Amino acid sequence: MTDVASQTEPNTLPDLHTITAPPELEVVNMTKRFGSLVALDNVSLHLKPATFHALLGENGAGKSTLVKCIMGFYKPDHGDVLINKHAQAIASPRDAHKYGIGMVYQHFTSVPAMTVAENLVLSRFDSQTVINWKQELDHLNAFMANAPFKVPVETPVGQLAAGEKQKLEILKQLYLKSKILILDEPTSVLTPAEADEVLGLIREQVTDGKLSVLIISHKFREVTSFCDEITVLRKGKYAGTGVVKDLSVAQMAEMMMGEKREPQKVEKTPHPEVVPVLELKDLHANKDNGVEAVHGVNLTVHSGEIVGIAGISGNGQRELVEVLAGQRSLTGGQVVVNGKPYFATRKEIDNNHVFVLPEEPLKNACVAHMSVAENLALRTFDKPPQAKGAMLIFKAIRDMATNLINTFKIKTPSPETPVGNLSGGNVQRTVLARELSSEKINLLIAANPCFGLDFAMVDYIHSQILNARNRGVAVLLVSEDLDELLKLSDRILVISGGTFAYESPIETADFAAIGHAMAGH
Amino acid sequence: MAAETLGWWGVPLGILAGTLRGSAPFLFVSLGECLTEKSGKINLGLEGTLLMGAMSAYAISYLGSEKWGMTPAASPWLGVLVAGIAGMAMGFIHAWLSQQPKVNDIAVGIAMIIFGSGVAFFLGKPFIQPQAPQLPSIELGQLFSGLPALQSALKISPLFLIGLALAPLMNWFFNSTRPGLFVRAVGDSPDAALAMGVSIKKVRMLCIIAGSFLAGIGGAYLSLVYPGSWTERISSGQGLMAVALVIFARWNPIQCLWASLFFGGAQSIGPALQAVGIDQGYYLFNAAPYFLTLLIMILTCSPKKTLSGAPGALGTISG
Repeated sequence: MTDVASQTEPNTLPDLHTITAPPELEVVNMTKRFGSLVALDNVSLHLKPATFHALLGENGAGKSTLVKCIMGFYKPDHGDVLINKHAQAIASPRDAHKYGIGMVYQHFTSVPAMTVAENLVLSRFDSQTVINWKQELDHLNAFMANAPFKVPVETPVGQLAAGEKQKLEILKQLYLKSKILILDEPTSVLTPAEADEVLGLIREQVTDGKLSVLIISHKFREVTSFCDEITVLRKGKYAGTGVVKDLSVAQMAEMMMGEKREPQKVEKTPHPEVVPVLELKDLHANKDNGVEAVHGVNLTVHSGEIVGIAGISGNGQRELVEVLAGQRSLTGGQVVVNGKPYFATRKEIDNNHVFVLPEEPLKNACVAHMSVAENLALRTFDKPPQAKGAMLIFKAIRDMATNLINTFKIKTPSPETPVGNLSGGNVQRTVLARELSSEKINLLIAANPCFGLDFAMVDYIHSQILNARNRGVAVLLVSEDLDELLKLSDRILVISGGTFAYESPIETADFAAIGHAMAGH
Repeated sequence: MAAETLGWWGVPLGILAGTLRGSAPFLFVSLGECLTEKSGKINLGLEGTLLMGAMSAYAISYLGSEKWGMTPAASPWLGVLVAGIAGMAMGFIHAWLSQQPKVNDIAVGIAMIIFGSGVAFFLGKPFIQPQAPQLPSIELGQLFSGLPALQSALKISPLFLIGLALAPLMNWFFNSTRPGLFVRAVGDSPDAALAMGVSIKKVRMLCIIAGSFLAGIGGAYLSLVYPGSWTERISSGQGLMAVALVIFARWNPIQCLWASLFFGGAQSIGPALQAVGIDQGYYLFNAAPYFLTLLIMILTCSPKKTLSGAPGALGTISG
């Protein structure tokens, strides 16, 4: 990109923040390699002014790499970014900002320990060295008064709910007067209602001709209701582009997957004789900072049933799962498994056949530096045949690992590879293999098991969970993905502010009521 | 000692005097460490930096007046400056080493303690005997009391006053300046800082160097004000204690000031009691600061809570 960039004068563009119409953005033949891996192979994209453009693709298709090249995080090996038909060298997010491009990242980029005001002021590229707080706060309040959504200015970001954080990320770009907004899966932490609200308000800005948006999304519902055009990537290559209203969901999916697929439908077997497996009695637990997160919840999960817990993150579900997984001590109440008090000691876990698929599996369920084989053996290494007295039988461990790697199709160079080197999907497969391969499972606790995984992997995990349920396993499924819960659960509850705000069998579950309960109304 | 004429009143007076005299090194080192830790790195090596500062300040003060013909009023100030520069050099080494991929800053810090004290002892050998000109102090006691005991207790070094002013200044820096917010962002959420286009390495490099500069000045205080000589035992672990003190102070510069005064006072319990004739348990009382450090660490650490105010990136290894 250097040869073209050097020919352009930096002054050919007017100051993009002063003109109202967003500039035209083109990516031409972009290639990016990481070592031997080709993450982007000759990809082009055209974002017309004042359009809502979706960038689609499965995990690892190169979507994030592409936008990071546009933003100047990565230096592409080949290809150009054209702004209003002029090739521009973008070496850093600061350069991108100069051309009016701002990005909202998948993870939050606000500093949790700072207030909303501090974060917003800090994000500006032009503010003075010494901050005049009175003036800045006046300015911020004036900005908030006209902003599409409101966030309390003086609150530390760490105390905001996920939805508010996401709104703040978008507000930040509007505050910076970005004209081209790049959104990387902005709704993955929002409720459907919140997502619609946020995207709807952005859509209005686009329709008014004030913004162009490039959105990375996995959700076809959002693409069909808000986007004008799509560009699809598949395995790092350009797979197609099109106008949304001319395409069906099946056609878009086909472009992404390369083949047509029907959504898998696993039948639920009815279980006539159910027994309570997991009982929570007036359970209390604290957050890391000592504030109570779970305020006395009561719940019974029976055998052969999937109980889904919906809720916006930060409402106590993480702490609840950690208590059940033995990672957090409860401050009150009782957990009963199979009729006996349960403290999640290794012995009790083993005797009661309790298995857990926690969120962030690499952090919560794996030892990143230990090999795949060792991680697969974490449940069984201290029992025959993998152990004989105090000695480990490495052959047994390796044999079992090889077996599981084949059955669960874990893509790993070898059983000896550290699990931390695998991709997110394969780490999840490793944990699934360990937790679901046991002959006798009594209770399965799953928390956001599909977060950030692609369609194929999500289907796979869903079918595994349903299989377990059909075998008579009691399943507690905590998820932020409402579609997932509605698809899998037999009974759905909503956790809000540390208590259950809604409960219903899935047949009579009311979508609007769930949304209301999640939002804390 | 002054306390003889005052009887038991000598104990609180002795502690007050000790607080005013002995807390400055804690203050400088803890402010330096506070700045460093706010940027997300730990510099345990400030103990070594403190010794380097003490040695270089003393050596320059001595050489300045004896060999280079400076006035005894000027040479200690040159010593203070050189102590700060020596600190910066140590800081640069730490900043560079600790930001290499997969390098643990605690391990580098321990190496820097050994390195700093080793170099200081090696270069400082010739300066143990000679007497170097000391920094002047402000005789605050003469303003309102004729009591010689009170007068000697209220001798205050200008360096200490600078330290007093530095704490609110640093607090203001963290809250109301853009570079200050950047430092906090880098320390709390490097990803966020990166997204703002801030160079994490550069910010941490500057913070560690500036922090080490302050620790060097703290060292100069040791050898040029109190106790006011250069020996190999001069720091007696104050650099390490100051690091613990930052945790105690919850990474807040103002609280660093209170914590330093508290530690300075605790340190003078032993000598103050000895001055009124209590010799029993002298070493035990001298161990008060160490004992307090341990106690505070136990009281403030809980497996069930994360420390509020702790920079999020502290103790993580990059790359």
